[in-house]
Amino acid sequence: MSFLSWGPAAAVPLAAPAEDGPGNPWFSWQYIHDNADTLGSALLFHAGLTARAVIFALIVALPLAVLAYWIRPLTGPILALSGVLYTIPSLALLALLAPLIGTTSDWAVLIALVLYALLVLIRNFLTGLTSVPDEVREAATGMGYSRFGRLLRVELPLALPGIFTGLRLATVSTVALVTVGSLIGKGGLGELILGGFRNNFYKAEILTSTILVVALALVLDLILALLGRLLTPWTRRRTS
Amino acid sequence: MNYFSQALTWLNDPLNWTNPGGLFDRLIEHLQITAWAVLIGCIIGWPIGIWLGHRGKGGAAVITVANLTLAVPTLALLTILPLTPLGFGRPPVIVALAVFAVPPLLANAYTGLRSIDPETIEAAKGMGLSGGQVLRRVELPLAVPYLAAGLRTAAVQVVATAALATFVNGGGLGEIIAAGFGLGINVGGGQIVAGGIVVVALALIVEGLLALVQRLVTPAPLRAVKRRRPVRATSVG
Repeated sequence: MSFLSWGPAAAVPLAAPAEDGPGNPWFSWQYIHDNADTLGSALLFHAGLTARAVIFALIVALPLAVLAYWIRPLTGPILALSGVLYTIPSLALLALLAPLIGTTSDWAVLIALVLYALLVLIRNFLTGLTSVPDEVREAATGMGYSRFGRLLRVELPLALPGIFTGLRLATVSTVALVTVGSLIGKGGLGELILGGFRNNFYKAEILTSTILVVALALVLDLILALLGRLLTPWTRRRTS
Repeated sequence: MNYFSQALTWLNDPLNWTNPGGLFDRLIEHLQITAWAVLIGCIIGWPIGIWLGHRGKGGAAVITVANLTLAVPTLALLTILPLTPLGFGRPPVIVALAVFAVPPLLANAYTGLRSIDPETIEAAKGMGLSGGQVLRRVELPLAVPYLAAGLRTAAVQVVATAALATFVNGGGLGEIIAAGFGLGINVGGGQIVAGGIVVVALALIVEGLLALVQRLVTPAPLRAVKRRRPVRATSVG
């Protein structure tokens, strides 16, 4: 067990975990009632940061995916570049961005989130675009669509299922990733998770914030799933 | 680029490497945490994935589990587990990271076994191999590239997320970055960036090494068919 024990260099927790039992429950309505404002504003910040990150990532990823789709030799480099960005650990990326951009605004976190969302979005957009059947593409060309018109009126609508898969995956992982922003004090609900840990292991604060993060991810996922269903009625008709 | 040159100065000071709690100590901690987490992830993820893939059931469950873990922040598990009977120290950090290593390992093992041509399995059965023999002699060897791909994804992800252990005093290279922020950006900026550079380098090295391993264990005929890694998204933080 020597590997599992603390080495001499490791920091020792400053305080023992608080006692289990009535004093420090995992869940408390009283806590939620007393801190509704804090929880609400953290939730809003979290949701807002997620939304901005996903929208920015969408704006960057869509042209890149179309570029990779139109010019096949670019597919490899674009995917490889976003793959390398995805490999960079979130904490390290934040450590590289924060000193350059500053920690007074949430831009460092936002840029990190956008870079992470890129790979998932580009890959799924590209999958969606390449899944458009060749006959459909040829028929559209035969009907006189220009390259751009075909993209806008035929290929992108048919790629919507792939686009929404990407958006859902990116949104869910972005919600979880925002918490890492706690490193520079811009972590939304992650701030509360960490705050609870540092505030003498306040379990109710930790668990409530965690539940809110997961719930936010699931709700946003559900909204996007519903939106995707509404926008692609033909996928339902085919299966029924 | 001011911080970048400060970072190089910081990295160039041997004492920053050899001091107690310096880069070498933290690197070893980081690698130990990673190795244990990936090992536990393999012990749990592979048998379940292989069994489900062999039976051909539970695909929906595998995807659901993988997507659900995407929604759980690593930070949450890192802070919750020390307050459970696991106690403080390294075990809760390792368990938290192992939880996130399981989905890619499991999903890739499952995909690997499911993507084998059914005719191959039919032929093996026709030759009189029992279920266990089919699994050991046909399915597992053919699934090795996928198992390696899962290992690569999981290991890179654990190396990356192990940096977050610093939030709960869990050790690892994240401590260097956190200590830099503790000094304030004006003083510790170089150290923050230096820590970031080391973590990025470690992640890229692990990725590269395991990509090589993946290539080596992939039989030449399978290598010709270029595959993309089948799992689309993993948790990064």
